[in-house]
Amino acid sequence: MPTKIEKDAISGQDTTGHEWDGLKELNTPLPKWWVYVFFACIAWAAGLCVLYPSIPYGPGYFHGLLGYSSRKTVDAEVGKLVDQRKNSMDKIATMSFDAIKADPALMEVALTSGRITFAENCQPCHGAGGGGSPGYPALAAGAWIWGGTLADIQQTITHGIRNADPNARNSAMPRFGADGTLKPAEIEAVADYVWATFYGHADDKNLSAGAKIFADNCAACHGDQGQGNREMGAPKLASKVHLYGNTRETIVNQVTLPRQGVMPNWGTRLDTGTIKAVTLYVHSLGGGE
Amino acid sequence: MSRISKEDRRLQIEHEAAGNHLFANRLRVYPKTVHGPFRRVKWAILIICLTIYYLLPWLRWNRGPGHPTQAVLLDVWHERFYFFDLELWPQDIWLLAGLLILGAVALFLVTSLFGRLWCGYTCPQTVWTDLFMWVERWVEGDRNERMQRDAQPLNADTIWKKVLKHTIWLGIAFWTGGAWIMYYVDAPTVTVEFWTLSASTQVYFFTALFTATTYVLAGWAREQVCTYMCPWPRFQSAMLDDQSFTVTYQAWRGEPRTRGKARDGAGDCIDCGACVTACPTGIDIRDGIQLECINCGLCVDACNHVMERTKRDKWLITWDTESRQNAKKAGRNEPIRIFRPRTIIYLSVLVVAMIGMTTALLTRSTLGLSVQRDRAPVFVPLADGSLRNGYTVKIANKTQVHANFELTVDGLPGATLVVAEGDPKPQPVLHLPSTADQVDTFRVLVTGRPASLTNGSQPIDFVLRDTTSGHQTIYHSTFMGPQGYGK
Repeated sequence: MPTKIEKDAISGQDTTGHEWDGLKELNTPLPKWWVYVFFACIAWAAGLCVLYPSIPYGPGYFHGLLGYSSRKTVDAEVGKLVDQRKNSMDKIATMSFDAIKADPALMEVALTSGRITFAENCQPCHGAGGGGSPGYPALAAGAWIWGGTLADIQQTITHGIRNADPNARNSAMPRFGADGTLKPAEIEAVADYVWATFYGHADDKNLSAGAKIFADNCAACHGDQGQGNREMGAPKLASKVHLYGNTRETIVNQVTLPRQGVMPNWGTRLDTGTIKAVTLYVHSLGGGE
Repeated sequence: MSRISKEDRRLQIEHEAAGNHLFANRLRVYPKTVHGPFRRVKWAILIICLTIYYLLPWLRWNRGPGHPTQAVLLDVWHERFYFFDLELWPQDIWLLAGLLILGAVALFLVTSLFGRLWCGYTCPQTVWTDLFMWVERWVEGDRNERMQRDAQPLNADTIWKKVLKHTIWLGIAFWTGGAWIMYYVDAPTVTVEFWTLSASTQVYFFTALFTATTYVLAGWAREQVCTYMCPWPRFQSAMLDDQSFTVTYQAWRGEPRTRGKARDGAGDCIDCGACVTACPTGIDIRDGIQLECINCGLCVDACNHVMERTKRDKWLITWDTESRQNAKKAGRNEPIRIFRPRTIIYLSVLVVAMIGMTTALLTRSTLGLSVQRDRAPVFVPLADGSLRNGYTVKIANKTQVHANFELTVDGLPGATLVVAEGDPKPQPVLHLPSTADQVDTFRVLVTGRPASLTNGSQPIDFVLRDTTSGHQTIYHSTFMGPQGYGK
């Protein structure tokens, strides 16, 4: 209780009677309605504590009379979204690519869904936006090994490359150096030829030996003009974009002991609608044919 | 027996009377009817403001078929704000920020010149409180009658009058809440929907909310809002100085106040209390400038009336500055100083803000272009040695007509453009359609020929031209490539 209430000489206001080291507090009383509003807020809070999850104890917490749970709310919202998306994804799964592309709203769903699926499954190898990296094709560049139409892309994604899937894309470049088919000097000669003719680094070297080796061993798959062959999965050599890099060394390595990249058959992990959505997304990156 | 001083005894009585003295009982204010010039100005401003507020949503405006016909409409659902011929998009919201700055500086200027004119005359709290008080006086009678009624036990007449008063209050409050909603949705449509119970939940919710706030704030809370809730009274003192005009009691003329017959040495104040009973916030202006005073000037009217009747000079309570009052007290006359550093600063900021806002509004483009370059991949090398960059192009067509645009790239000779998943043939000029009153988004792939590529990145400009009007806009961007590429 306040002990000595006084009138402040300067302001003419009462003090509260509290004093600290000679400092006296002026009394500015709160309006009563303010106090009642404050009590009402406390009562409201108490009501909330009874109705909603509030007091924690040992293994759990008091769940509240209404049984509200933010997790349940989120689940319901997510459920609604899944239902909504199911409708679109079912359409994408059954409709033809042309029909999907003719429906802008559906196309938007497909590209969005495809972008997310790509980020979760494809991006680690093929890079964000399909930029690619050595050994992993740049999908945005359009330098397709197995074809860049929507049907080709869907086939590649569904069955993958060089895996246990019977419908997987399959090809094996011979191990010319490792198996002794070509001697190291011959490999150097053919590398000189490819480097000068297809990679565009012409110099004064005599390329006739290399040209002959190329015609005998490589042209069957890669084509006499280095144009490649998608049926065989033989990459186009006459290009500025190469799977394993743009150096002469990669040519020698690939002829000596070729790397044989693999890709999973996503058909075993993703449903048709999702695969078609990713297909449309990959096609839209700029390389689609 | 201990003796206590008279003053201590008085304090003790006060505390006992107030109960728990840490909390203050509300002192009911019964403002008395006032007649005079300030009262008339307040009525005029009230009528103008409320007429605009209640009727503006009903004003129609022709914007062509398919567009809202309401002159002022804040269509938050479709993200469009309409003010007569002006249509604002969410992107233009900075204009609102500019308007708020303009309003704030104008308020500072007015306050530094004439005190809290805003509080006394135009603040919605003041305007609606005034209206509600008018209803109260009309139903229950003037100050003395109301005080008497509240002091006596309930009777049939009191109950009837209170019910009538609150009914009218609720009616006005409902109209106020309803009018608020009409600024956000089409007025005639929402009126029909409201009464046929087919309006949205939000409409009913906000109507109820603003009905409740109007009724509570203007009917019950009144001066408590100004005194305890509003921040403005707290920081207005930063804008005032001793040259600001405020409602002032001329103590040098009025004191010592004397009741009854005029005596030698007595001041002009006859201590009749007219200024106190007239005050809508229940204060005594003779105590000097104070937080509760909203500068409405009703005490000036009330005092002038008394001065006239008692054959004294008018304007005992007047609008004046502290500095001039001090001078008058000393028998001098001081000129009015309108131009002071603070008013000049406020005025210049106001003028600059006004010029800026007007220019911004007049030069506001109805065509918006924004280009965002792909972050990954930064660039894509192609089989023929070209480089490609991807961009997301957004075209905002703020007109009411469909338009055809041409998009070209400057600064990259021979560059070709293609819309992803559109016509696959690369073009030097892209033809893009744009929907009226919409933002259209295109993913544009730009291919640069090796011959025109320099080291690393190079600046380019996207140029968008409206083929019908010829109006064009430019967006600066960059075309990225690796070091040592191309030539």
